[in-house]
Amino acid sequence: MMNCSELITNFLADYIDGQLPPETLADFEHHLDVCPSCVAYLQSYRSTIQLAAGASLAQRAEQGKAAEDVPEELVAVILGTLSRT
Amino acid sequence: MSSREQEAALVEGLRRGDAAAFETLVRTHMPALLRVARRMMHSEEDARDAVQDAFVAAFRSIGKFDAHAQLSTWLHRIVVNASLMRLRTQRRRPEEAIEDLLPRFAEDGHQPLPNEPWSENAETLLQRAEIRSVVRAAIDELPDNYREVLLLRDIEELSTEETAQTLGVTANAVKVRLHRARQALRTLLDPYMRPVTP
Repeated sequence: MMNCSELITNFLADYIDGQLPPETLADFEHHLDVCPSCVAYLQSYRSTIQLAAGASLAQRAEQGKAAEDVPEELVAVILGTLSRT
Repeated sequence: MSSREQEAALVEGLRRGDAAAFETLVRTHMPALLRVARRMMHSEEDARDAVQDAFVAAFRSIGKFDAHAQLSTWLHRIVVNASLMRLRTQRRRPEEAIEDLLPRFAEDGHQPLPNEPWSENAETLLQRAEIRSVVRAAIDELPDNYREVLLLRDIEELSTEETAQTLGVTANAVKVRLHRARQALRTLLDPYMRPVTP
């Protein structure tokens, strides 16, 4: 039977991507049935992915005011550089 | 004129070296490019430098732009590359630093301490500004090699193949680094996510 190390280190990422072959998937899910620690790890791993993307999306929203952010000094520097290129 | 036709006219102007076309390009795409660079770089100054690099690179390679592609997609790729180039000149955390953030296992394959469930789901957690700050700070703490893969795959949503091509590594290396980056990020977030004990 798959142990915690194998599940977390070798198979978790492919499980998340739905890419485990059927036999490995059955073994993976059987381990989850009997291991609350790995269930907790899986849940927190999924949350980590959502948090990374979500915090970044929120950053975009927080910068919403700056959605039309066009710093004039930066425009001037870029156009100056381009005119010399 | 449709937006597609407007873009085609803009590209035509850029290829002719029309200064007004470049100003239009810069003003139109600056906000989106700044958002990407700010997510990737560690400071506002670095983000602005990366955007400047990106526009100069776009100017130099407009001849190679595929007229069937979208300017915004092409520029996204360019600013990601420009940001990566700058990040690589200011490497801060060596690759070995990730080991301490990966889960540890005993010889029998079990973890010495069992994992505890997090108190709330991601959707609920994300409603709290302090959690969003913690997450961004934790991403920033990742070793550079891993942070860049996480940024490209999970935040900028490039495919494994696109990420591999951008970083000049194999698709398998991207998968391995992404999994380690997520594990390390999980380790950094874990102390903030556990249920509060009375």
